[in-house]
Amino acid sequence: MTDTSFAYVRNEMLGEQPAPSTSKGLVGWLRQNLFSDIPNSIMTIVGILFLAWFLPPIFNFLVTHAVFPWSVDNTVEACRTEEAGACWIYVVDRFNFFIYGFYPSESYWRVNICFLLGIVTLVPLLWPDLPHKGLSAIGFFVVMPVATFFLLNGGVFGLTEVPTEKWGGLTITLIIATVGIVASLPIGIVLALGRRSHMPFVKYVCIAFIELWRAVPLITVLFMASIMLPLFLPEGTTIDKLLRALVGVSLFSAAYMAEVVRGGLQALPKGQYEAADALGLNYFKAMYLVILPQALKHVIPGIVNSFISLFKDTSLVSIVGLFDLLNTVQATTAQVEWKSPHQATTGYLFAAAMFWVFCFGMSRYSMYMERRLNTGHKE
Amino acid sequence: MSEVSADQIKVDRTKMTVSDTDVAVEINGMNKWYGDFHVLKDINLKVMKGERIVIAGPSGSGKSTLIRCINRLEEHQQGEIIVDGIELTNDLKRIDEVRREVGMVFQHFNLFPHLTIMENCTLAPMWVRGIPKAEAEATAMEYLEKVKIPEQADKFPGQLSGGQQQRVAIARSLCMNPNIMLFDEPTSALDPEMIKEVLEVMVNLAETGMTMLCVTHEMGFARQVANRVIFMDQGQIIEQNDPDNFFDNPQHERTKLFLSQILH
Repeated sequence: MTDTSFAYVRNEMLGEQPAPSTSKGLVGWLRQNLFSDIPNSIMTIVGILFLAWFLPPIFNFLVTHAVFPWSVDNTVEACRTEEAGACWIYVVDRFNFFIYGFYPSESYWRVNICFLLGIVTLVPLLWPDLPHKGLSAIGFFVVMPVATFFLLNGGVFGLTEVPTEKWGGLTITLIIATVGIVASLPIGIVLALGRRSHMPFVKYVCIAFIELWRAVPLITVLFMASIMLPLFLPEGTTIDKLLRALVGVSLFSAAYMAEVVRGGLQALPKGQYEAADALGLNYFKAMYLVILPQALKHVIPGIVNSFISLFKDTSLVSIVGLFDLLNTVQATTAQVEWKSPHQATTGYLFAAAMFWVFCFGMSRYSMYMERRLNTGHKE
Repeated sequence: MSEVSADQIKVDRTKMTVSDTDVAVEINGMNKWYGDFHVLKDINLKVMKGERIVIAGPSGSGKSTLIRCINRLEEHQQGEIIVDGIELTNDLKRIDEVRREVGMVFQHFNLFPHLTIMENCTLAPMWVRGIPKAEAEATAMEYLEKVKIPEQADKFPGQLSGGQQQRVAIARSLCMNPNIMLFDEPTSALDPEMIKEVLEVMVNLAETGMTMLCVTHEMGFARQVANRVIFMDQGQIIEQNDPDNFFDNPQHERTKLFLSQILH
């Protein structure tokens, strides 16, 4: 006698059925994401109302009421009317100044070649699937800077000499940012490793360096470099103003970079150091092959954060009289020939857009690299 | 802590010969402190080539510290440690020389997560020994086959199970062609099913005549493979004997207590 009332055997397997329409397609997506419950629905409606209130005036200012070169009335008079929006024709007119600063216009081609060279050497370095990384690195870190210096500065190969005082605009912003980024990472790594050294002398020198630079505002650093440094140097010695700014910015960012990298070094389990040691790798090989690749990967967001903030901080060099992008824009906002209500706003919008493009680019690239380097749990 | 795992593995002892004359590791009057804490007290130990030594003892008894001193992951303050004829001092060159010849397997595997299994195995041979890539890869493949995971060569450590990772770690050490292998609780972080696969690899290694020092709680492995069991407590070697006598006829009270608690 067996009680089999709970026993059950499935005779027929069920086929797959389509998901209910409420969980897929546009309706499904809306229900799941925008109207899943009452608070969410309220947030959605408030959000839509906010955009409806906020976006049209902006769009009107930037596009519908703005004065473009191809507008019917594209004179400065159009910018001076009451309902006029952004005065883009002023930006277009001053565009060369924003990009090249006071660089002589007959030599713009030299700057353009530098831009081109920068792109051509940077792309193969950043494109992970391209081979010959060593060659690309030489191109970007050696060939490009040397070529750029001689092209911009001139004085050789029959090129007229253009002193750095005349460099300006986006050119100088990119020069400072690139040099700062390229120099600060390796210096920062060395400082971070030094700070974790067992040798007291190395350790305390690194700590002193990092803490000194981090505790001082960048403006102060630039001021010191341009005004106080010459006082200590023997009469007659002059160090180029741009060079001083470059050194100041690089060392300043290196101190920040050091702390970011140190965070990555500390996050690594002790076992990684021990495994590298146990295999007989010496200190430098262990760092280069095992520790730094992992530590740097962990802190990509922090590193790029520093890069982005460095890029924006380049605008502070205006304080020592260098004409970076922002400073060139600022210098034209009061020009009488373009005098109009939104002249300054339009100029600053342009500067902001330029900064945004570069910083957003760096941010996207870092996110791409993070995904690519994630070997932790990928299928 | 079970005696099950290794008992199921057949052990061929024919090649496990111990040299009478060649010393692999010699430790004389060694003391070590962590700050004021005296972790290792007057350690004297002579390991001949081809010996398989299991170091047992309660946690905190200093057994891991002892084998970590042998490849200088820990520094000793007194006495001498001579590994493969080289005395360990502060001389970094000698330390690297010793580490080249001594393989180590860790409790938590410590594979390099940013490198593939193959790269993990070829890294040290290429960068420390200067072996060309193709040759290093061939050797690595040979050892990966020995630990029975050649098909995982292109994966990353994060994609492997714990047992597989530990076998890779063993292969990685063997790729350096070491004379001595140190095992620091190699199965303590593994599931019971995976313990067996790792122990099998260790038994196979013992059968090749490798000098091995293992800190482990696998008493089945100790009984089957070891030719000497060392029992430590409070930083001292309390008892050492061949496995049969050690397990069946322990002398020291602490050893008896320990064995009564882990053997059922």
